[in-house]
Amino acid sequence: MGRIAAALLAAFSCIVLAVPAQAIDVKAGVLRVDYPMLLPISRYDLRPDDLGFAGAALADEDNGTTGGFLGHTYETRTVAVAPDQADAALDALLSDGVRLIVVQARGDDLLRLTDRAAEAGALIFNATAGDNALRDDQCRANLLHVAPSHSMLSDAVAQFAVWKKWDEWFLISGSNPEDIALAEAYRKSARKFGARINEDRVFEDTGGSRRTDSGHVLVQRQLPTFTQGADDHDVVIAADGTDYFARYLSYHLWTPRPVMGSGGLVPTTFHGAHEAYGATQFQTRFEGLTGRYSKPEDYNVWLALRVVGEAVTRANTADPMGVRDYAISDAFELAAFKGTRVTFRNWNGQLRQPILLYDGSITVSVSPQDGFLHQTSPLDTIGLDRPESNCTAFD
Amino acid sequence: MKSLFLTTALGLLLAGPALAGKAFVSNERGNTITVVNTETWEVETEFFAGNRPRGITASPDGSKIYVCASDDNLVRVFDSTTYEELPSLPSGPDPELFILEPSGKRLYIANEDDNLVTVTDTETRTILAEVPVGVEPEGMGMSPDAKFVVNTSETTNMAHFISTEDYKIKHNILVDQRPRYAHYTADGKRLFVTSEIGGTVSVMDIAEDGTPTVVGKISFEVAGVQPEWLQPVGARVTQDGKRLFVALGPANRVAVVDAQSLEVLDYILVGQRVWQLDFTPDEKYLLTTNGNSNDITVIDVAKEKAIRSVQVGQQPWGVVTID
Repeated sequence: MGRIAAALLAAFSCIVLAVPAQAIDVKAGVLRVDYPMLLPISRYDLRPDDLGFAGAALADEDNGTTGGFLGHTYETRTVAVAPDQADAALDALLSDGVRLIVVQARGDDLLRLTDRAAEAGALIFNATAGDNALRDDQCRANLLHVAPSHSMLSDAVAQFAVWKKWDEWFLISGSNPEDIALAEAYRKSARKFGARINEDRVFEDTGGSRRTDSGHVLVQRQLPTFTQGADDHDVVIAADGTDYFARYLSYHLWTPRPVMGSGGLVPTTFHGAHEAYGATQFQTRFEGLTGRYSKPEDYNVWLALRVVGEAVTRANTADPMGVRDYAISDAFELAAFKGTRVTFRNWNGQLRQPILLYDGSITVSVSPQDGFLHQTSPLDTIGLDRPESNCTAFD
Repeated sequence: MKSLFLTTALGLLLAGPALAGKAFVSNERGNTITVVNTETWEVETEFFAGNRPRGITASPDGSKIYVCASDDNLVRVFDSTTYEELPSLPSGPDPELFILEPSGKRLYIANEDDNLVTVTDTETRTILAEVPVGVEPEGMGMSPDAKFVVNTSETTNMAHFISTEDYKIKHNILVDQRPRYAHYTADGKRLFVTSEIGGTVSVMDIAEDGTPTVVGKISFEVAGVQPEWLQPVGARVTQDGKRLFVALGPANRVAVVDAQSLEVLDYILVGQRVWQLDFTPDEKYLLTTNGNSNDITVIDVAKEKAIRSVQVGQQPWGVVTID
C-alpha cells in the first residue's frame, strides 16, 4: 500500500467505522500440546492446568465487551493434547469450522500444524515457540508470531548489557538442542551489539538432581569449580532452554558477577508483577478471573486473540486471511500494556514488542534500550531484521 | 441556543477579579493532596487523601474537593478551606477519573476494573445508576449542556456517549489505541479525545442533538523525540475555543494546538511524564502534573511558555484549581 493511501486509510478509518458494523460471530481455538517434562527447578514455575487458556478466557471477555457495542461475539475453544494427538485435535477444530487458531507447541510441531491448517485456509498464531528459523527461511504465510523469537530475547538482554557497559561476557550454555539454539542466539547478539564473549563453556546435562532434598548441595560444589579460571568478564550469560542449571548460577559462581539470560535477569514478554503502562489493570482482571498470577503464555494467548479482536473491530472481518492482511497492514496497531503500540513485521509475521527484563519479582528494565536506533522502529533493533531475513512467504 | 447562553454566563463568571486561588494536586503514590497557592506558587500544605488518589475535581462553588481514592474504592471529599475530610461518596470499584455535572449534583465515575460508569448523587450520597461500558473505562467528559457524558475505554478503544437523561449509550465511536481523556469545547460543538498509545487526538464535531462526527485527527512530531513517546493524555481547551493544550506523557511536553485548524503550533517543555492539566479559573495559567519528576509546571497561557515548576508530592496525577 502506498504511503498516501495508508495515511488516508488511517485518517478515515474512524469515520468509516462510525457506521454500525455487521454482526460477526468469531470462533477461535487454542491448541496446546503438552510435552512430557521434568519438574521445574522452582515451584513458582509449575505449569497451571489452564496455562494459556486463562489468557483466552480473558480475551473472550475483553473482546466480547467491545463486541457488545458492535454486534460481534467471540467464542474460543481450548484443547490440550499429548504430542501424538496434536494433528487429530487440529483436524477436530478445523472440522468444527474454526479457522483462527492459537498454538502453544514446539517449533517442529507448530510448523507441521501450520501447514496442515493452511490446507483448510486457517490462520495460526504462535504463542510459545521461539525458534529463529520460523521467522526466517521456515516462515509461513498463515503463521503470525506473538511469541518473541530467541533473537528478540537475546538482543533484549544484549542491549541492556551493552547499555550497562557490561560488554565482556562469560557464556554458559546447556547441552540440549534448545540450549544450543539459545546459545547461538546470544553469540549472534554479542556480535550484533559489540559485546565480546571472553569465555564460552557448556555445562553438560547429566540428569542431575533438581528438586531433591540435596540438589543444592551438589550444585554448590559443581558450579564454582565449573566456572573457575574463566577469562575476565563483566557478566555471565546463561543459555539454558531446558531449565536445569541457569537458575542456580547467581550465587554459585567462582567469580561473583551478575547473571542474565535464562537465570538472574530474564527476558520475557510478561510476568505477574508487571505494573507499568497500565498493566495493573490487566493483572487485576486476570487474577479476578483465574485466581492466580499471569504467566507469559497467558499473556501471549490473550494478545493473539486481541489481534483477532482488533481486526474484527476495525476491519469488520473474521476471515483468516482478512485478519492476517489487516494485522500486517500499516493501519494495524494495538496497545499491549508495554508503553508503546505493538505491530507486526509485514515481511515475516513477527509481532514487534518491547521485552521485559525480569528478576523474578520486578520489571528491572525494558528493551529496546535508549540509544539503540532503527530507521523503521526502535522495536526492530531486537530480533531478526528485514535485511537478514530469508522469509519470502510474505512477499 | 442554550449552550451559547451557558458559555456566556460562564465567561462572565470567570471574568471577575483574580483572587489568590488554590490548586489541588492528587499524588497517586504519596496518597496525598498538595495545596498550591496560585498567586505565590508556594505549597500551602499536603494532606492525606486516601489510597491511590487519582482523578480530582471541585464542586461548582469551589467549597469541596472530590478525589477518586482508587484503592479505597470510593470518592473522598474534602473541605477546600479547612482540608477536613467530609463524608465519602460511593463510587463503585477502582474509580479512576470522574466528571461533575455543572449543577454539582451528579458525579459520573469511571470504574477501571469493572467496565462501568457509576453515577453518584453527591447530595444523597447514593448510586443512581451503573452504565456498562467498554474495557478499562477512564476518560470522562461532559457536554456543556450536561446532556451527554463521554467515557473513553482504554482497551475497547471507544468513546461512549451516555445520555444523562436515561443513562443509555447513544453513540459509540472507535478511536485510536488507549483513549485516555475526552474534552468538549465550551460551546459544545467540538470534542477532543486523546489516544495515548495511538499517539493521536481524535476530533469530533458535535451536532445540535449531541451526535458526534469524526472530522479529523491530530498527530504530533518533535525533533529528537521518538514518535512512540508522544503519548497524548490530558487535554484542555481555552474558553474561546481557540487553543487546545495536550499533555504528551513521557515526551515531557505539552502540545499547543490551534483548536480550529488543528495545526500543532508549538511544544512546551514541562516536567517528566506529564499527565493531567487544568487552567486557573481566570485562564491565565495552565498547570500540568508531572508524575516522574514529582512537580507541576506552570504555563503562562497567553505567552504559551512554561514559567516555573513547583515541587509537590509523590507521583502527581491530577490537578484542579479554584478561586
